[in-house]
Amino acid sequence: MTDTSQDTPQSAGAPTPPPAKGLMGRFLQATELDTRLLGMLGALALIWIGFHMYGALVNGFGAFLTPRNLWNLSVQTSSIGIMACGMVLVIVTRHIDLSVGSVLGFCAIVMGVTQVWFLPQLVGLEHWSIWIIAVIVGLITGTIVGAFHGYMIAYMQIPAFIVTLGGLLVWRGAAFLVARGETISPVDSTFRLLGGTPEGAVGATGSWIVGIIGVAVVVSLVFAGRKQREKHGFAQRPMWADSFIALISGAAVIGAVMLVNAYPWPRGVVRRYAEAEGITIPEGGLFISHGFAIPVLILLAVAIAMTLLMSRTRFGRYVYAIGGNPEAAALAGINTKWMTVKIFALMGFLTGLSASVASARLGSATNALGTLDELYVIAAAVIGGTSLAGGVGTIYGAILGAFVMQSLQTGMVLIGFDAAIQQVVVGSVLVLAVYLDNLYRRASK
Amino acid sequence: MSASKQIDRTGTPLVDMRDICISFGGVHAVDHVSVDLYPGEVVGLLGHNGAGKSTLIKILSGAYGKDSGDIYVNGEKVTINSPRDARAHNIETIYQTLALADNLDAASNLFLGRELVSSIGFVDDDAMEAETRKIMARLNPNFKKFKDPVSALSGGQRQSVAIARAVYFNARILIMDEPTAALGPHETQMVSELIQQLKADGIGIFLISHDIHDVMELCDRASVMKNGKLVGTVDVDDVTDDDLLGMIILGKHPSEA
Repeated sequence: MTDTSQDTPQSAGAPTPPPAKGLMGRFLQATELDTRLLGMLGALALIWIGFHMYGALVNGFGAFLTPRNLWNLSVQTSSIGIMACGMVLVIVTRHIDLSVGSVLGFCAIVMGVTQVWFLPQLVGLEHWSIWIIAVIVGLITGTIVGAFHGYMIAYMQIPAFIVTLGGLLVWRGAAFLVARGETISPVDSTFRLLGGTPEGAVGATGSWIVGIIGVAVVVSLVFAGRKQREKHGFAQRPMWADSFIALISGAAVIGAVMLVNAYPWPRGVVRRYAEAEGITIPEGGLFISHGFAIPVLILLAVAIAMTLLMSRTRFGRYVYAIGGNPEAAALAGINTKWMTVKIFALMGFLTGLSASVASARLGSATNALGTLDELYVIAAAVIGGTSLAGGVGTIYGAILGAFVMQSLQTGMVLIGFDAAIQQVVVGSVLVLAVYLDNLYRRASK
Repeated sequence: MSASKQIDRTGTPLVDMRDICISFGGVHAVDHVSVDLYPGEVVGLLGHNGAGKSTLIKILSGAYGKDSGDIYVNGEKVTINSPRDARAHNIETIYQTLALADNLDAASNLFLGRELVSSIGFVDDDAMEAETRKIMARLNPNFKKFKDPVSALSGGQRQSVAIARAVYFNARILIMDEPTAALGPHETQMVSELIQQLKADGIGIFLISHDIHDVMELCDRASVMKNGKLVGTVDVDDVTDDDLLGMIILGKHPSEA
């Protein structure tokens, strides 16, 4: 089998890529950076700077690029971001999940009932185990609901659109029925930390520990990659390119740590804290850093785990294979039906996790929690480059997509656009993003 | 014209499919069909579209479950309920559609369902790419696009990925469904050479084809199907092109003439 006409003549063994034109082209080739990723980061930077400048010029105060706003932005993105990671798998395998918002509400109510109505009577109010049991119950609830959806889609062959459209109504209604429409509060105080209050953040020292681990991991990944290529005799990236990637990623991690540490606790929280600990507040106030919020760290952990799952395990490989060609996947011996059940169960699990964050942030559980979240989650995945045709999508893309959506909303609130304009803009951006993505794909073919 | 060496059919056949039946919604797609295959032999399966040849072969490759009948591999009765079972008996298939996941690269497709994993259970992409480079160097030395998704490959390159997948895992029994349908003359020649090479290694091949010339040239025997039934199995040295055509079109066995 030869096909000489298509290939450029190259020496056997380690192929050298054809020389690219221009400095930028050479740079991209050497670093092998994903141009889509760069494009999305560029878009995000544009949105951030745009809102900041608008605020600075029109309102006389740029409120966007402040530690306070960016910290809040990260917390607000967590819930949608966690679910978007699961939605990538669902959409990559050519399905859709319209029910995540309702399932989130249902899980939140189940967790609320568990920790406010049941557990205090069994183990006592504010017992240490309450938050753990509540979260586990939420995760199990979400997983079971998701697996049930997956079962109906795979084995009863009802389209995912219909199953989850039904789920959208069923679970919202079920959330109401469980608690007869009541708002359940207050939730356990340890549970509340999951939502990212000032106390629900790891502080300056904790953030530096996270940051140093992050830098160590980034650097070791880059050099492990070099070693691996050497072992198999593949072409190496130039040393400067690898060093550049390690340096930029490391700097980004350190920058994020410095940012979250630059946002101090509000004065009221500091006063309460000082009174409780018996500290006298010095002249000029006490500067206590927030550090990374716990929900952001949860999102980070989910992102890392899901990225590993998608790129380094058979499960992830099969997800992409099913999305690319379901028939070929089945002929390769992959149990595509069971895979569908597992994918939706995972979506449900992440929805349960997201419900913990959302409910903790609110400090209560209401049956309306998560309303319209399904649309934001799907939009985040799609803006992040997940193709509804299946087979294409990344975890980091979905999280960036969630950040883009949240940035738009937060930015418009800051500069005083009302809710109606926000909807118009977010909706338009979704359509525009998919159009640009299509152009990109066509151009890169 | 045909293979010069006489095939030894005194031993146990590699594959013996006996009295296979399958129907879809009342249509007997395969109706009491028996075929067999010996080591180093190429058996052509001929017939019109819808004659049931692809369906018969999908039963052997595990894509469909048969309604009745038995399959023997090396004389032992086997149960094939899934493509995984078929692979466990060293039955590999090159489908007409190639069955490639277009969004994955050559190595991922080659190892799909049988990924190499590292000691901690992660897929070892580098090892798989290295293995893919090795086998492609043998099958298609001009193949260089190891990092691209297979959607970016030409028809011939895609075909070579599909063939590499079947050959890499030490197939004993190879099913080729229209392997040359989408190929140019040069690539078709390469497939012919590959078939001769595999024959010499003692691999048995079922070759599904529309092309009587291909069958006369490459096959030792031909089994012709029509409307789900087996018209007959003939030694290609004993028949002419016209005899085969008569079997395909009229369903008439040459011995009846």
